[in-house]
Amino acid sequence: MEELARRFFPPYRRYLIWGPVTKCLEVGFDLLTPLVIAWMIDSGVNAGDTDVIWQGVGLLAGMAFLGFGVTLICQKMASLASQGVGTDIRAALIEKMGTFSAAELDRFGAPTLVTRTTNDVNQLQLAISMLIRQLIRWPALAVGSVVCALAIDVPLGLVFCVCLPVLAAVFYLVMSRSVPFFAGMQAKLDAIGRLVRETASGVRPIRAFNREAFQEARFREASQEQADMAVGAGRLTALLSPATFLVMNVGIACVLWLGGGSVTAGRLEQGQVMALIGYMNQLLVSIAYIANLVVIFTRAAASAERVEEVLACEPTVTDAGVCEQPTETGAPVLEMERVSFSFPNAGRPALMDVSLVLEPGQSLGVIGGTGSGKSALASLVPRLYDATEGSVRVAGRDVRDLPLSQLRRLVAFVPQRAELVSGTVRDNLRWRGEDATDDELWAALEAAQAADFVRRLPEGLDAPVEPNGRNFSGGQRQRLTVARALVEPSALVVLDDSASALDYATDAALRRALAHLPGSPARLVISQRISTVSSCDQVLVLDQGQVMGLGTHDELLAGCPLYREIADSQLRQEEAA
Amino acid sequence: MTPRETDQRDEIVPRGPRTGAIVRRLLRYARPHAGLVTLTALCALAGVGLSLWVPVLIGDAVDALVGAGDVDWEFLAWSVRTIALVALGVAAFQWAQGYASNRLSYETVRDLRNAAYDKLHRLPVSYLDTHGAGDLISRIVNDADAVGDGILQGVQQLLTGIVTIVGTLLFMLTVSPEMTVVVVLLTPISMLGAWAIAHFSQKTFAAQQQIQGRLSAYTEEHVGVQRLLNLYGRQVEERDGFGAINGELYQVGERAQFIGSLTNPGTRFVNNLVYAGVAAAGCCCVVTGIPGTLTVGGVQSFLSYATQYTKPFNEISGVLAQVQTALAGAERLFGLIDAPEQEPDAPDARALPEQARGEVAFRGVTFGYDPKKPVLHNVSWHASPGERIAVVGPTGCGKTTLINLLLRFYDVDEGAVLVDGADVRSLKRASLRGAFGMVLQDTWLFEGTVRENIAYGCPAATDEQVQEAARRAFADGFIEQLPNGYDTVIGGASTQLSQGQCQLLCIARVMLRDPSVLVLDEATSSIDTRTEVLVQAAFDAMVAGRTSIIVAHRLSTIRHATRILAMKDGHIVEQGTHEELLAAGGLYAQLYRAQWAQEEAESSATE
Repeated sequence: MEELARRFFPPYRRYLIWGPVTKCLEVGFDLLTPLVIAWMIDSGVNAGDTDVIWQGVGLLAGMAFLGFGVTLICQKMASLASQGVGTDIRAALIEKMGTFSAAELDRFGAPTLVTRTTNDVNQLQLAISMLIRQLIRWPALAVGSVVCALAIDVPLGLVFCVCLPVLAAVFYLVMSRSVPFFAGMQAKLDAIGRLVRETASGVRPIRAFNREAFQEARFREASQEQADMAVGAGRLTALLSPATFLVMNVGIACVLWLGGGSVTAGRLEQGQVMALIGYMNQLLVSIAYIANLVVIFTRAAASAERVEEVLACEPTVTDAGVCEQPTETGAPVLEMERVSFSFPNAGRPALMDVSLVLEPGQSLGVIGGTGSGKSALASLVPRLYDATEGSVRVAGRDVRDLPLSQLRRLVAFVPQRAELVSGTVRDNLRWRGEDATDDELWAALEAAQAADFVRRLPEGLDAPVEPNGRNFSGGQRQRLTVARALVEPSALVVLDDSASALDYATDAALRRALAHLPGSPARLVISQRISTVSSCDQVLVLDQGQVMGLGTHDELLAGCPLYREIADSQLRQEEAA
Repeated sequence: MTPRETDQRDEIVPRGPRTGAIVRRLLRYARPHAGLVTLTALCALAGVGLSLWVPVLIGDAVDALVGAGDVDWEFLAWSVRTIALVALGVAAFQWAQGYASNRLSYETVRDLRNAAYDKLHRLPVSYLDTHGAGDLISRIVNDADAVGDGILQGVQQLLTGIVTIVGTLLFMLTVSPEMTVVVVLLTPISMLGAWAIAHFSQKTFAAQQQIQGRLSAYTEEHVGVQRLLNLYGRQVEERDGFGAINGELYQVGERAQFIGSLTNPGTRFVNNLVYAGVAAAGCCCVVTGIPGTLTVGGVQSFLSYATQYTKPFNEISGVLAQVQTALAGAERLFGLIDAPEQEPDAPDARALPEQARGEVAFRGVTFGYDPKKPVLHNVSWHASPGERIAVVGPTGCGKTTLINLLLRFYDVDEGAVLVDGADVRSLKRASLRGAFGMVLQDTWLFEGTVRENIAYGCPAATDEQVQEAARRAFADGFIEQLPNGYDTVIGGASTQLSQGQCQLLCIARVMLRDPSVLVLDEATSSIDTRTEVLVQAAFDAMVAGRTSIIVAHRLSTIRHATRILAMKDGHIVEQGTHEELLAAGGLYAQLYRAQWAQEEAESSATE
């Protein structure tokens, strides 16, 4: 929480200071009220002086007006500061996520990042607004009441001094025990969210396997756990207000009993006893509000921790202190030297001791089984991850010495999963070049074999893309993501099994088009299909993260048993047919 | 934002006349918890009633303290004891009320969530295809949460508020009817002020919620593809896109919060005026004895009552904003619960026999996701039991739609889909789907262990059967390398499997199930060729004696097929075996030359 305050409060310091200060004025008026009443009783009523009564009433009314005025100022400052800080934190979170590499995104997962940006920040906003509006008000009122009571009569004031710590102890006990419940509630809500997402994406398999009842049972379990957690938290926090009430009224009983002695002895007047009771009531009210505040702040502390965790997470892939480098013309487009790589928290390395060279304009195919490390290899090129050992060089420079922006201009990466976001086709294509002209977009679409279906859309490039591109088929999405990578010229195009949903004809046409791109970039083509890689200038064969062969199609057929086996396996299928 | 989303969001702005209906619906969900409702109400009644007695006791005690040497000790002792005991009682009832209302609200929310979730399984697939997961999550998670908070606050504050108002009035009448009139005349001012502010803030809150919804949707979608956005260096655009909504939310949120936060000080201001008025009237009463007799202790009681009487109005107005949010949330939740369901199984729907023969046919089927734009036109074909059908054609020709219709994810517009000679609409869905084994391109695994995922289709399977299925799908190799083998939790954010590995698991799942008809959307496309050969062999063994329908992209599949359906633009253009169609020289021959001839040539070249 302190971290967030240090970082996000400064621009709003004015509001954060003056808000509570104006609030203190109102508190002062509230504290004066019982004194005014006591004065009205003792000097007015009991002395039969009606002038005092009217003066008292005038005073009470005046304080009401002034109090309202300063509160307006305070509320305005509270809403400006809390909404402002919330907006800034949300922006900072989005900015932070922009620096994350794949490792950090894997670690958190999208759902919790979304919750942290929305729900958790809302909790923080509420807490900040309460911080300004109420955090000063109620404790000040509580302390003020005790002070005023002591000023009236020290022995009776001591009753207040006992009540306050007793209440504080009750609060501490309740709150410290309910914190885990609040954290648990949020975690269970996340689980419910994940289950809904899973169901939305798995509607077909769930129904095909007739497992609706099973899913419902799992959901029941999750929602029950959430309810249990919430009830558990509620059971504890429900203790607060009755405990306060009990302590305060026992306190009042003590004041009356001891007050009886003081009045008998002539040390105290009736009106002053009334004032003491008035203060006791104010103490009660303020403690009740403080209880509410403690709940809000405990929740907010949990939220703050979750937000801080994201903001404090240092991306594993950075380009800090690196400046734009001139690239070496003539140097290999891609060079890997004894590269090893393990996914974070994985046991077995995904790549071991891989070396390769890809010259400008050439193509390199990578083939291998599931889990052979093909995708891992592709992801090292644009620095989705960093190699654990060895070096990856693009255009003659170690990728870690290139600014990410420059690296990602040099390398056009097409991922395995075709991902589009809502907007228009044009918006989705312009990711590499914000200013790309329609002609350039169409050229990319042609090369990606996507021009035909885009042309058939009534709105063409302006056709709407629904969330996650769900209004396009898998193959169409894939071709749009390929086109997106081709929009600006690059030195190297990386295709991570990006044509898996395409039929062979389209796949073949795509390969031909890629070989004749303007500026003839080099291609790194990951695939499962011999036909896709066989036309490449070189083929790298991977198995369990290790290089089993590197050479042309013919060389490998002759010299690499694994490659031969893969090729044969396709052939055996033909024969079997 | 697409136009459709705008429409949906507009729905959420609460409208007055519907409030009653929503509250009635919510009450129906609270009915099973009638015991808790009663307990809450009784405790509120008892707790508040007792707590209202306290000011009278205190006032009387104050009157016992007349002055030096003039204290009624006996009475004072009784008062002090009674105050302590009553306070104890109040505390007990308050706690019970807090506990009961907590359970009431969270258990009601749990039921609402369950109802909304169960609904997902009865909705037509088209609903889930068109509503994003984000929208459903926001309803089932956030809106339900808002409903819970609303119920909790509503029950706790509204109930005690009303009891307090009524009780205070009664107690005040017993002390001094004249002063009661003064208090009652002054309070409408307080109510009016609170009402005006609440009315005003309601609108800004609705606007705030709408933007909040847009912000969530944007975050949900974009954070989901964050890896790619970062890779393409979209940080600035993302910051700006998010920033625009974020800025809008700031503007509207700040206004909504400020206006909302006026309620408390506003009512407090009026209350302070009332307090001054009561003090003035009370004091004058004591001094002049007009209009009735009143003691100083009586004034003390009245001042307590005046604050206690107005406080509920104060609190109720504060709660109103929360209740508004809750009602808007409930409306969205009920929007999901009330969405039209898929047509239920016909009352006379039949079940297929345990082992269906596996005869499948389309008879004159016309279908469109939008009925105005059919994607299948008068399609007819027939598969005898045990036949292996490959469906080929360019992307978008309607291949995947066949699967949607076969398993009744969608229903035909015209014509009929027949399984074992029966119209699928005349069959129980569960029985129809039980006859099928399906593997789609998009793999789906749930958050659970590998074992649970493989046994998804047959939860009763033994460990041996699960391992046998995994072995036959060639998934056992990588499973055994996972940290906890078959007990490794997958799906969700935990263990990352490659797409190929996910597909192997999906295949194992079908292997275990042993269905009469296999439906495959060329699911093997992401599995490496070596494994695929083995999987293909396993499939060959499995399809023996079973019908299979395969949306094919690969040469091996079509050459294995007993019949090929060549589709184009929603029509079946040709049917026959590979050799027949090749000889016919039509669409298939054309497709073959374009798609597979090269592949065949390449693989032959390896010989």
